[in-house]
Amino acid sequence: MKVLVCIGHVPDTTSKINFTNSDTEFDSNGIQYVINPHDEFTLARAMTLKEKQGAQLTVINVGPASTEPTLRKSLAIGADDAIRVNAEPKDSLFVATQIAKVAEEGGYDLIMAGKESIDYNGGMVPGLMAAIMNKPFVNAVIGLDVDGNKATVVREIDGGKETVSAELPMVIAGQKGLVKEEDLRIPNMRGIMMARKKPLKVVEPDGDIKMTEFVKFDKPAAKAACKIVSSDNVGELVDLLHNEAKAI
Amino acid sequence: MSVLIYAESWNGKFKKTSFEAVSYGVELAAKMETEAIAVTINSETTEELYKYGVAKVILVKNEDLNNFAANSFSDTIKQVADKVSAHTVVMLASSNVNSFAPVLAVKWDASLATGVIAEPTSLDPFTVNRKVFSNKAHADVVLSKENKILVVAQNSFGIKENEVAGSTEEQSVSAAAPNLVSESVEMASGKVNLMDAEIVVSAGRGMKAAENWGMIEEMADILGAGTACSKPVSDIGWRTHEEHVGQTGKNIAPNLYFAIGISGAIQHVAGINSSKVIVAINTDDEAPIFKAADYGIVGDAFKVVPELIEKIKELKG
Ligand SMILES: Cc1cc2nc3c(=O)[nH]c(=O)nc-3n(C[C@H](O)[C@H](O)[C@H](O)COP(=O)(O)OP(=O)(O)OC[C@H]3O[C@@H](n4cnc5c(N)ncnc54)[C@H](O)[C@@H]3O)c2cc1C
Repeated sequence: MKVLVCIGHVPDTTSKINFTNSDTEFDSNGIQYVINPHDEFTLARAMTLKEKQGAQLTVINVGPASTEPTLRKSLAIGADDAIRVNAEPKDSLFVATQIAKVAEEGGYDLIMAGKESIDYNGGMVPGLMAAIMNKPFVNAVIGLDVDGNKATVVREIDGGKETVSAELPMVIAGQKGLVKEEDLRIPNMRGIMMARKKPLKVVEPDGDIKMTEFVKFDKPAAKAACKIVSSDNVGELVDLLHNEAKAI
Repeated sequence: MSVLIYAESWNGKFKKTSFEAVSYGVELAAKMETEAIAVTINSETTEELYKYGVAKVILVKNEDLNNFAANSFSDTIKQVADKVSAHTVVMLASSNVNSFAPVLAVKWDASLATGVIAEPTSLDPFTVNRKVFSNKAHADVVLSKENKILVVAQNSFGIKENEVAGSTEEQSVSAAAPNLVSESVEMASGKVNLMDAEIVVSAGRGMKAAENWGMIEEMADILGAGTACSKPVSDIGWRTHEEHVGQTGKNIAPNLYFAIGISGAIQHVAGINSSKVIVAINTDDEAPIFKAADYGIVGDAFKVVPELIEKIKELKG
């Protein structure tokens, strides 16, 4: 089984968000980049497919050379090899098209991504890829079992969960719950040393199909100061919520 | 030219988000000087939708669509959109919509924007404002293709009543076969669905132990609220993962959110900052949650919450 795991390269969650160039570009100055948190769950699950079922595991990122440390980190966690599509990932359809092409040419059986990237929050790439490849797609996946050519997948739905099954190849978008928190992987020294020797292939993008353009960024207006109610007067809070906020 | 609004139903009943979708779509159609048409799949009745301003509803009846699959749902909406020559589809975020919107975008050759929080700022070029960086920022995005899909974020536009006389046309659409099999569905029983809840009572590590959740549940009960928790709480196993809200958990936008014994770390706030009113109860007056909150009490949850319950009971009584 060949597994392709998409790795997003995103600002660390605690990053202060700023924009430059008259608010048309994200300011990456001083930003620490990490593996997209949702992708950590899929990567960890893919690692167990490798360890227990002998899957071959490739990680992929669409991005400029500056994303390579994030791909190396995924190799240090245990992926066998990495592919970087050398392009700015400015549009979800563009990204999905590039990864779908690699996935089809490489004959991957399972394409795994995180349900959403924590920078642009599109939640689109996995579904777009599946549609481009005309393969089954399951979003918000919290459970995955692969038996031969068949995958059984648990997805979160509003107010519950659903189990579905499909034939490989397929695309899934994972999230927290796919593996236990304690089963998330962090690279160890040996992994980091080995990662240096693992192949990281750079391919040039094919075409520049896109569907959107980000033209300007802004920040939500700052919130008004919090109204503090004394802990000796809890009734006042209920009063405010009822009469002022009209929320209860 | 028309605006097609997807009104989602579960087990035949409309989701609240459908009314918001209709409210948004009707205003958008007016702005675009075109007709708004709603489409719904296997809903029991459709009259409810007229209340939000849509006069024309297409009801697709097809047993094969009783189970959700991104493949068959996107195919259905595409066919209806083409039939009514819609170039804009409006949907409200939900687990199913988030799954099939991108598939529809490819099949229908459309531009897709998710996390949309307002009506377009411009129709030419078609530009919408959407959430980015977990709502720490917004972005204006141009949708460049002729066909456009807008997935509006929950509770960002609101529900607007605007009753009209409407009519419904039943259509049979033979959708593409689902390319997966639904094996089973398990719904959390008896509780308010967190994603649809108007009020959410949420608690964090400050509650000290799973046994202490009784008062959180009691408070939720009397408010008809859903319950939620911070990430460490679900990691330790005090509460189930389904309740975890935040950047790596659920993104919610209720009218009222109570954060009890929750520090308000940036990752937590990322999942709840679209709530209309946020109330914080925390012993630490420097807890970052107070920066996100509208109302707060600096105090011990074990003393404050029981009193709060009494006062709410008085109000409701
Ligand atoms: C990549 C990443 C993703 C993450 N995603 C999420 C996420 O999705 N959701 C999430 O919640 N977190 C997330 N976190 C974790 C987040 O950073 C915080 O650690 C977490 O939100 C803290 O939870 P807490 O407030 O319950 O616990 P704590 O930080 O322990 O805070 C407990 C609070 O309770 C208060 N308190 C204590 N006793 C009482 C009392 N008796 N009465 C009232 N108040 C009391 C304390 O003053 C404190 O403020 C993520 C972290 C990372 C690194």
